[in-house]
Amino acid sequence: MNYTILIYETAADFARRNDPDAKKRAAYWAAWPLYTKALKDAGVFVGGAGLQPPDTATRLAIRDGQRHVQDGPYADTKEQLGGFYMIDVPHLDAALDWAARIPHADGRVLEVRPNLVPPG
Amino acid sequence: MDARRAVEQAARDSYGRLLAFLAARSRDLAAAEDALGDAFRAALEAWPQSGMPDKPEAWLLTAARRRLIDGVRHARVQADAAPTLLAITEEAQAVASAETIFPDERLKLLFICAHPAIDASARTPLMLQTVLGLDAARIASAFLVQPAAMGQRLSRAKAKIRDAGIAFAVPEPSELAPRLDAVLEAIYAAYGRGWDDVTGADPRRKGLALEALELGRLLLRLLPGEPEAQGLLALMLHCEARRAARRSAVGAYVPLSEQDMTLWSVPLIDEAQALLSCAERTGRIGRFQLEAAIQSVHASRAWSGHTDWEAIALLYEGLVRLAPTIGALVGRAAAIAAARGAEHGWALLQEVPAAAVTGYQPYWALAAHLLKRMGRMGDSADAYGRAIALCKDAAMRDFLAGQAPAPEHRGHRHE
Repeated sequence: MNYTILIYETAADFARRNDPDAKKRAAYWAAWPLYTKALKDAGVFVGGAGLQPPDTATRLAIRDGQRHVQDGPYADTKEQLGGFYMIDVPHLDAALDWAARIPHADGRVLEVRPNLVPPG
Repeated sequence: MDARRAVEQAARDSYGRLLAFLAARSRDLAAAEDALGDAFRAALEAWPQSGMPDKPEAWLLTAARRRLIDGVRHARVQADAAPTLLAITEEAQAVASAETIFPDERLKLLFICAHPAIDASARTPLMLQTVLGLDAARIASAFLVQPAAMGQRLSRAKAKIRDAGIAFAVPEPSELAPRLDAVLEAIYAAYGRGWDDVTGADPRRKGLALEALELGRLLLRLLPGEPEAQGLLALMLHCEARRAARRSAVGAYVPLSEQDMTLWSVPLIDEAQALLSCAERTGRIGRFQLEAAIQSVHASRAWSGHTDWEAIALLYEGLVRLAPTIGALVGRAAAIAAARGAEHGWALLQEVPAAAVTGYQPYWALAAHLLKRMGRMGDSADAYGRAIALCKDAAMRDFLAGQAPAPEHRGHRHE
């Protein structure tokens, strides 16, 4: 089954990407390719991406065929989507096990959802 | 035996086992339930004519298997599930025709019902429905919700299991302890539902305590020697042993300290004590063993003639360290008050976070009792008022009203 792990981040989490302390910054970035490699080595990696911070987001609404474009993310919440992974594992518990190993996950909230299989 | 009774007997004996077998393979509880329901209906039609089959379980499994194949043909299932389902039906037939004992996979079912990804309010109802085969209307009335609402809660949980791909598996050893806690809690919640209905006068909840005991016994059979499963069963048996003593002949509430011990069930107490000694020998202490041990101290009043409150206080101390729930904190304060005096209990009671107790009736009942013993009649009357307002049980309300200081104290705070 394919699952998507949604990684939610606070402003402080996003700030770690540009930590002024070079060592901390390097440690932050080093963890992600290692995790991705672990997923690939286990044969469960399907895809994934990190996302630029929410201040780069553009909201688009279509009403009566008209586009309404606005600055900012969809929801104005404390945690924002920071990235996601898609994995292929046999069941939810295996997906949760992988999600629990996401780098820098301590104190964060992750959401695990099965990918939709189109009917038919 | 007539056919209807034969079907009912087969349902009682094997519903959970057949469902566990089918669901563990199809990963679809609702579809497995439908197939099994059809199989039982078919049995009701066929068995009066053909007579009771030699192996009723095999007969039912074969019938359920046919229905599952039909389900695949009608392609209501996801495309990738079809080969799995066909494989299942083959396996089911092999099992049905074999001479070997039908596999018991109900442990998987217990664990999946109490999976942390399942809404906590659905876990106990799901267990009662899938493992014991209780019908949804009966579960709804036991939980005091509308049948439609309970039906929705149950089908939501089953859809979550199917769609989120929750595994029908016994957890890995590293995960077993926390997952087992959730199973134990769900079973204990069923017992609590039955316990509230002390007299059995409420037909809507009749027998839910016995269903909980059945689940407790089943869990212990499936996990032999597991000390917390022994602890839970011992706890429920101790409570059950006192059922007849909890109300007077006229239906009035009788507090534990004033119960007629000759009404306690000795066989149930003995069974509980034996389970608890087995659990203690493993050296793996846990929440349910401690709670059972507290009840065990109370039970020993039957032959010692007194209650060892210091022992109870010590057990509560352990419980608070292991699982500092509001119930444990209030229980510890009550035990300390009984052992060392109301002031000591009151001091502990005041440490309980105020926000957590606003709606917790036992806190206010204990506060009222201790304030009265300390001579603070105005405060006591207020606390009794609060405890009575939070009380769901009429007999308990009457008892508290009888204990409360005279009404002239109410509102006159003693500083």
